[in-house]
Amino acid sequence: MSVVVKTIARILLPVILVFGGYVILHGHLTPGGGFQGGAVAASAVALLLVAFGASSVKKLKTPFSILEDLGGVAFVLLGFLGIGTTFFFNLLAGSGGLFGAAAPIGPNPGVLNTGGTVPLMNWAVGFKVLGGLGAVMVLFGLFGGDDDR
Amino acid sequence: MIGNVPFVVCMVLVLLGLWALLFRRNLVKVVIGIKIIENGVNLYLVATGYVHKGVVPIYTYAPQDAAMVLPTPQALTLTSIVIGLATTALMLAFAVVIHRHKKTLDGRKVTELSG
Amino acid sequence: MRRWVVVAAFLIVAGCLLLGGARMRPFGAPRYDLMDRYFNAFSQYEAATNNVVTAIVFDYRGYDTLGEATVLFTAVVGVALILRRLKR
Repeated sequence: MSVVVKTIARILLPVILVFGGYVILHGHLTPGGGFQGGAVAASAVALLLVAFGASSVKKLKTPFSILEDLGGVAFVLLGFLGIGTTFFFNLLAGSGGLFGAAAPIGPNPGVLNTGGTVPLMNWAVGFKVLGGLGAVMVLFGLFGGDDDR
Repeated sequence: MIGNVPFVVCMVLVLLGLWALLFRRNLVKVVIGIKIIENGVNLYLVATGYVHKGVVPIYTYAPQDAAMVLPTPQALTLTSIVIGLATTALMLAFAVVIHRHKKTLDGRKVTELSG
Repeated sequence: MRRWVVVAAFLIVAGCLLLGGARMRPFGAPRYDLMDRYFNAFSQYEAATNNVVTAIVFDYRGYDTLGEATVLFTAVVGVALILRRLKR
């Protein structure tokens, strides 16, 4: 790709990752959440693959796999957190802990501290989707040039 | 009956995808047809939950005293979109491997088992 | 011969789908919405979130999200098995 594409890709790559993190973090206040933010952040990997060729993603197969595994295990462990009542019980909502403030009733500007286990599950699913989609794109990019025919 | 246009449009999308699935020979075009069918079904799922003059079911900066749209079809459509993504990734991986081994992408020439 | 059977089947399916879409209930007046009205009214008390859709996906129906995470993981494992590079 030409110099213009490479320069713009270098500028845009952290912006895309930060926007994906914003969509994941405010998943319990605005439209979005884990799956949407993970897909937005995985488009940064697609930009890297298109602008710089397949040789720039050669070392990224193992980190994406580890990221996906950690996200999946964290999601299941968060489900077991409220096993006293039922599986996937929202234990931290309204209890004053990590994300535990009570939400104001009715239309309001949104408080970040609310939600209970929902923001933590957003982060777990966001990492899982980013790792999964990134691994798929890296595998498709590396398959094209292994042997010369 | 003229008010049911969103439902009919979703059915037209499903029919276009079905036509591309049945009457085209290139494997990539068949995969595109399957994706169009899935898009039509997801659009139909979201369209069943609309309430007349309803707003988005989110309480952040919501207008006062507004009826909200049903949220359950939107939650199920999220799951359906991710499953469609998984299916498409597997189908495209198969298409790449078939092209690598048989040098063709025609669906009617790869019907023989080898080995 | 086989092509005309496929065309006839496609026309029958097209007729059924279009007729079913035109004769559905009116757009904008859902009939069975008791569960959704409960979710809209009580999601700020129980799940303490402003976003009702996220509360349904992760709190009220979290078990379906667990199945979806499993499907995503299986798809990535399947693609990694198909597109591997054989050592010569």
